[in-house]
Amino acid sequence: MSQIENQEHSSEYAPVPIPHSEVRRSDVSPKQAKYQQRLISLLFGLSMLCAVIFVVAYVQIPIDETVSIPFLGTWSKMNTILGLSFGLGSFFIGAGVIQWAKQLMSHREMVQDRHPLRSPDDAREDAIAQFQQGAQESTFATQPILRRSLIGAMALFPIPLVMLLRDLGPLPGDKLFNTMWRPGMRVVMDVTSAPIRPSDIPIGGIVSAMPDGLPEVQEHDGNLNERAKSVVLLVRLNPDDIVSQQNPEGEASWDYEGVLCFSKICPHVGCPIALYEQRTHHLLCPCHQSTFDLADSGRVVFGPAARDLPQLPITVDKDGYIIARNGFAEPVGPSFWERA
Amino acid sequence: MSNAIGNFASGLDDRLTIASWSRRNIRKVFPEHWSFMFGEMALYAFITVLLSGIYLTLFFKPSMTEVLYDGSYVPLKGVHMSEAYASTLDISFDVRGGLLLRQIHHWAALLFVAAMSVHLVRVFVTGAFRKPREINWMIGLGLLMMGFLAGFSGYSLPDDLLSGTGLRIAEGIMLSIPVIGTYLSFFLFDGEFPGDEFISRLYGIHILLIPGVILALITAHLLIVWYQKHTQYPGKGKTNDNVVGYPVMPIYAAKAGGFFFVVFGVIVAIAGVITINPIWGYGPYMPDQITAGSQPDWYMGWLEGALRIMPNWETVAWGHTISWNVFIPAAVLMGIVFTLLGAYPWLERWATPGDQTKDHNLLDRPRNAPTRTALATGSLTFYFLMLIAGGNDIIASQLDMSINAITWVVRIGIFVIPPFVFWITRRICLSLQRKDRDLLLHGVETGTMMRLPHGEFEEVHAPLSEEAKAVILSKETIEPIPYPEKTDANGVKTPHYHLKKMQAAVSHWLYRDAVPLPSAAELEAAEHHILESAEKGAPVMHQMRQLEAEGGVMHDPSAAEADRAAGVTVPHLDAEFDQKAEDEKGQQAD
Repeated sequence: MSQIENQEHSSEYAPVPIPHSEVRRSDVSPKQAKYQQRLISLLFGLSMLCAVIFVVAYVQIPIDETVSIPFLGTWSKMNTILGLSFGLGSFFIGAGVIQWAKQLMSHREMVQDRHPLRSPDDAREDAIAQFQQGAQESTFATQPILRRSLIGAMALFPIPLVMLLRDLGPLPGDKLFNTMWRPGMRVVMDVTSAPIRPSDIPIGGIVSAMPDGLPEVQEHDGNLNERAKSVVLLVRLNPDDIVSQQNPEGEASWDYEGVLCFSKICPHVGCPIALYEQRTHHLLCPCHQSTFDLADSGRVVFGPAARDLPQLPITVDKDGYIIARNGFAEPVGPSFWERA
Repeated sequence: MSNAIGNFASGLDDRLTIASWSRRNIRKVFPEHWSFMFGEMALYAFITVLLSGIYLTLFFKPSMTEVLYDGSYVPLKGVHMSEAYASTLDISFDVRGGLLLRQIHHWAALLFVAAMSVHLVRVFVTGAFRKPREINWMIGLGLLMMGFLAGFSGYSLPDDLLSGTGLRIAEGIMLSIPVIGTYLSFFLFDGEFPGDEFISRLYGIHILLIPGVILALITAHLLIVWYQKHTQYPGKGKTNDNVVGYPVMPIYAAKAGGFFFVVFGVIVAIAGVITINPIWGYGPYMPDQITAGSQPDWYMGWLEGALRIMPNWETVAWGHTISWNVFIPAAVLMGIVFTLLGAYPWLERWATPGDQTKDHNLLDRPRNAPTRTALATGSLTFYFLMLIAGGNDIIASQLDMSINAITWVVRIGIFVIPPFVFWITRRICLSLQRKDRDLLLHGVETGTMMRLPHGEFEEVHAPLSEEAKAVILSKETIEPIPYPEKTDANGVKTPHYHLKKMQAAVSHWLYRDAVPLPSAAELEAAEHHILESAEKGAPVMHQMRQLEAEGGVMHDPSAAEADRAAGVTVPHLDAEFDQKAEDEKGQQAD
């Protein structure tokens, strides 16, 4: 290789420079070199200035002060100035160092040989011989009883590691099959817990609701698990528009004077469903766009959900408030292996 | 070297043999190319995530215990929420610079995955995954997967409405896993969703387990790059057995070190001016609430899209439910994609003749591996279609389109558009190969037309630069593995016939149609021809350059036309032309 002739160092590890044709202006013009030097030191200087601005802004700007900029909305003054000063401070260091490397540091490309990654044959043979020697001395091959019992012990050893995970959670049991809905339980307003009369919902109206006593259950459980499955939607349709409902044949229909009650939890992967289109009585899940026709048994009309939205049978109690006639006839929420 | 530093270094060497290592490595050469910076960018983004994350751990409380918010964000005062969400609000509104740290952390995480993804594409289309670098390819895939997990576990921690919605979807996906799904979900969430343990469990995974694995993988990734030496693009003086570039000290150290500050600086500046994940606007998570337009971070978008476009298939058999509509897009798809990515280097090696022993240190130009490049663009098309599906609600509402139509277009499109893009990319690559061949055979078109004495017009061709020639000549012409004979001449059956047939089929699929480089003789003839053309054109080119410098035009067709009309002649050219015409006449007479 002709480049070897250019070799500067005798060290076998030193890369060989190859002649580089590109000549920078800063290589030939002292004026340009001086300019680069000034430019780079200016960048470092700006970085220092940014650090000062950061400290001053941190101490001086009230954290809640905002500025309104037309078209760009409201900005947190502190966040903007801290971010810009910190960010630019870092950027200027990087830009300066890169410019230094590009303009003033030696600009010769170099060549280095690659060495084969594969070990030489004798090294391979030696490694194998060494291994065999070690294996032989270990008596692993000649002690089948020890070997097999060790393998057995090693196989059982991880059992505690798995076992220790057991108490991460309870077994599912029938939890996914049931909600707190019971016959006679009032369907109340979601936030206020106020009981609801059918006349409270205009035709075409929709109301987020929950079982009476849910807050107490939540309080008792210390979590939102029950809420995640028992919340419902009450929707009122013109009774003539209702095509079908989920009541089994022979049973009275599950609405009350056109008021229908459906689970709010999508049977796809469990998002709460909230987008209702009054004209088509379609309910759209905002997560994956499964669409259910509430006038037609909550049937899936579009999207990835495979099952109809579960319906809750309702009626009114003696005070005229909406109550559940029964619990859900099927598990609510996403499908699972044991569901059937 | 000053005495103190010298003594220190000498002391270190006495104990750690650093001199022997340093003399080999201080001036180690790294090749340079802009496309090599994506991996670097991913590394620096990760360092930024790590640094900002450490600060966030000091202020964040990973607890689902319910508290009454009493911080300075007025709209949420007195609202019940988890401690995790409340502490995230505190970081955003009551810790000076806390919002900046949150936004740095989030932006850097987004960039981390983005840079890794682009790096993956770069490595794929240039064939940098080939032997000896298959192991690093696999490690890279591991890093990408860990990046997804890190990101998802991270944006689920603040327990705001959006992150809780993401977790609900994740739980729904877990439930769809046959046999073990329900148990997996109950163990992870300590019972039903959402439980009161999950955030603190996720926190441990997010700040210890995943970053630990990422750090280990990055260390291995970099050590292997260092040890195997970086690949390089073809060019003058660059071979499969050398590295041409700049030494680590000083050039690469300065440039790479400087680049860290640039990446860090840009992330921080963006965090200062562009809001990301404004959790205060979403409110605390409630399992019965949702906002329209819920979107995951971008890298989860394609899986979200897959979930959205999947037909609603579910099987109920023998008392069990299998949710194909969830399990396939959310779990199987990811498995297939990563399996194919992991298998590709080995598949290509298997189907490439003579590739079992060869090391590839010189990168392929994407055009020289048409099938591979087309696989990349086809897969990317598939990916972007999924991403579009993941934002179908946003697109529908912003562009006033039907969401059902978008969904159907993507449902069909993922089967139609990627193959089309694959086909057209392959054609483009082959055409570019043909163009390269033409360049070698005919040189560079200078755009200068020269009129010969007998009136013929000819374009002046200039020889290719040494650099361009080296780049084009780097192409390997690979003959596909031939199809095996069922039996040999003696009627003995070929062992593993079907496997070999498959191997040959894959090989043909990868390497057929390649445009061969000109032979040595052709090249020499071409070179001769180009030089001739260049020489012939040299005076014209020279004249033109002079004229151009003076601001004149050498040949203006309309002016020539006007000259002719006016009876102006160019004496010497016309004379030559007349002479030539005479000669031809004479020849015909003979």
